[in-house]
Amino acid sequence: MEPVIQVSELVKRYRKAERNAVDGVSFAVEPGSFFALLGPNGAGKTTTISVLTTTLRPTSGQLRVAGHDLLREPDAVRRQLGIIFQKPSLDLNLTAEENVRLHAVLYGLYPMRPAYRLMPAGYRAQVQHLAEVLGIAGEMSQPVRTFSGGMRRKLEIVRSLIHEPRVLFLDEPTTGLDPASRRDLWAYLKAVRQRGGTTVFLTTHYIEEAEAADRICVIHRGRVVSLGSTDEVKADLVEDYVSIDAEDGAALAAELEGLGARFAPDPELGGFRVAVKGAGIHPLLAAVRTPLTRVRTHTPTLEEAYLEILERS
Amino acid sequence: MRQIQAGLALAYRDLLKFLRDPVRLASTFVFPFAFIGILGGSFQASFGRESGMDFMAFVFTGVLAQTLFQSSAMGIVSLIEDRENDFSQEVFVAPISRYTIILGKIAGESLVALAQGLGILAFALILRVDLSWGQALALLPATLVVCLFGGAFGVLILGTLSSQRAANQIFPFIMLPQFFTAGVFNRIDHLPPALDLLSRISPMRYAVDLTRGVFYADRADAASAVLVSPAANLALMTLLFGIFLVVGTARFVRRETEG
Ligand SMILES: Nc1ncnc2c1ncn2[C@@H]1O[C@H](COP(=O)(O)OP(=O)(O)OP(=O)(O)O)[C@@H](O)[C@H]1O
Ligand SMILES: [Mg+2]
Repeated sequence: MEPVIQVSELVKRYRKAERNAVDGVSFAVEPGSFFALLGPNGAGKTTTISVLTTTLRPTSGQLRVAGHDLLREPDAVRRQLGIIFQKPSLDLNLTAEENVRLHAVLYGLYPMRPAYRLMPAGYRAQVQHLAEVLGIAGEMSQPVRTFSGGMRRKLEIVRSLIHEPRVLFLDEPTTGLDPASRRDLWAYLKAVRQRGGTTVFLTTHYIEEAEAADRICVIHRGRVVSLGSTDEVKADLVEDYVSIDAEDGAALAAELEGLGARFAPDPELGGFRVAVKGAGIHPLLAAVRTPLTRVRTHTPTLEEAYLEILERS
Repeated sequence: MRQIQAGLALAYRDLLKFLRDPVRLASTFVFPFAFIGILGGSFQASFGRESGMDFMAFVFTGVLAQTLFQSSAMGIVSLIEDRENDFSQEVFVAPISRYTIILGKIAGESLVALAQGLGILAFALILRVDLSWGQALALLPATLVVCLFGGAFGVLILGTLSSQRAANQIFPFIMLPQFFTAGVFNRIDHLPPALDLLSRISPMRYAVDLTRGVFYADRADAASAVLVSPAANLALMTLLFGIFLVVGTARFVRRETEG
C-alpha cells in the first residue's frame, strides 16, 4: 500500500535564518497507523507539520500526502487533513458550536446558516455525536472564552474530525492537559484510528507518548536521529549491556580483552559494561574464569536512550 | 459555490465577532459622533455663516467616508492579529482559495463598517444634518463601495506589514495624514502643488469624494464640496481595488508560507 505520507529530503530554512530548521528529513507513514515525531524543543517538529499541512513552503524536498503531491495539489491535500495546532486556534468570542460550524462550511460539508437550529440535521447529529464522545455536549452553545484548556483541546478535536480527515495531525496535543484529560485523549485517538482508519501523526517531546506509537521518528536539530518501531528505535539508540564485576577487576579486564569482548568501565556500579551483541553474550560469560561478583543485564528504556542522544549531540 | 459559501461564512464570523464585542461596538460610535457634532458644529458657528458653506454637511460626508474606509482597512489588518493568535492557521489550512479568504474578510469587515455607517446616519439625523430619505438611500451603495475599497487598501497594508506591533505603530501614520489630504474636514480643491500630489495619492480622497458626489448630487452647493463625478471616482476605485487586492494578497500569502 502507498504510504499516506511520504517525505523525502525535506529541507526548510526560514527567511533570514542561518541554519535549516529542518535539514534533510525523510520518512514514510503507513495508512491507519499511529506515527510519532519525537524531539526536544526547537527540533523542527512544528516546522515539519507546517510544511506537511501546506502552511509553510518547503525550501526543498519531495512530499506526498494522501496520494497527492503537496506542492502541485495543495487543495486536494488540505481536504484530507485534520490539524490540531500547538497553540489553540479557536475564536474565543464565538460559541463552541459556531467554531465547528465555520469549519464545516469552510470544508464544503454544509451550507452556511446563521443559527444552529437552521443547520441541516446531518450536521447537528454529527456535532452532537462528537461532542458527546468527548464529553462537551452540554457546553457547545457556550462561548469558547469560558472553556478550560482541556475543553478547548477537546473542541479542537471535535472540529478537526468533522470532515473525516484521512490524516489527523496533532502538534503536542497534551500540553496543558491534566492526567485524566490526557488519558481520555489517548483513548479517543485510539478509537478514532480503529473506527475510521484515520492515520494519526503526533508530535511530542514526551517519550511515554511516543512509546504508544507504531512508528517513531526521533529528530534533533532538524535531522532524523532514529526511525522505526519502539523496539527498533531503542535498539538503534542504545545497546543493551551486561554489567559485571569481580573481586579481581584487573584479571577480569585482561580476560575480557583476551576474549575479544567490547566492554567499558561501568561508571555507575563499578566493574564493566559488556555490550550484548545478539546471542554472543552467553558464550562469553561462560568462558570467563575470573569469579564474578555481579552479573546484571540492562535494557535501557526508550527514555534513557532518548536522553542519551540529546546528550551526545 | 463552495468558495462563495466559505467566503460568506468568514464574513459572517467577522460580523458576529463585532456584535459580541460591546467595547468595540461602543467605541466605533463615539468618534464619528464627536467629529460630526463638535467639529462640524464649531466650524459651522465660526466660518459657516460668513462663507455661506454648510460645514455640517461637509464634515458629515467626510467623516462618514473616513470612518467606513478606516474601519474596514483596520479590520483587514486584524488578520495579522488572527495569525498571531493562530486562528488564521485554521483558516489557511482549509481547502479554499486564498482569495476567498481575503474576499470573505473584506466582505465581513465591510458589513461591520456598514453597521457603523447606519449609526453615523442616525447621528446625522439627531444632529440635524440636512439629509433627505432619498439621499440616505443613495448613500447606502456608495458607502458599500467605500467599505470594499477600504478593505482592499487594508489588504495592501496587510501584505506590507508583518507584525501586529508594526501594524499598530504604522497604521496611524498611514491613516491620520489622509484625514487632511483626503479633505475630511477641509477643502482640498486649491492645495499647493506638493500637498496636491499627496492628496492625489491618498486613497481615502476618492472614498470621500465619491460619498460627497452622491450626497451633493442635487444640491446647489455641490461645486464647493465635490471634486469629480461619482462615476469617475468609481472607475478609479474599481481599478485600485483590483490592484490592491492582487498585490496585497500575493504578498501576504508569500510571506505567510515562507515563514
Ligand atoms: N517563523 C520562524 N522564523 C525563524 N525561525 C523559526 C521560525 N519558527 C521556528 N524557527 C526555528 O526553527 C527551529 C525549529 O522550530 P520548531 O518550532 O519547528 O521546533 P519544535 O520542534 O516544534 O519545538 P517545540 O517543541 O518547542 O514546539 C527552531 O530553531 C526555531 O527557532
Ligand atoms: Mg513545536
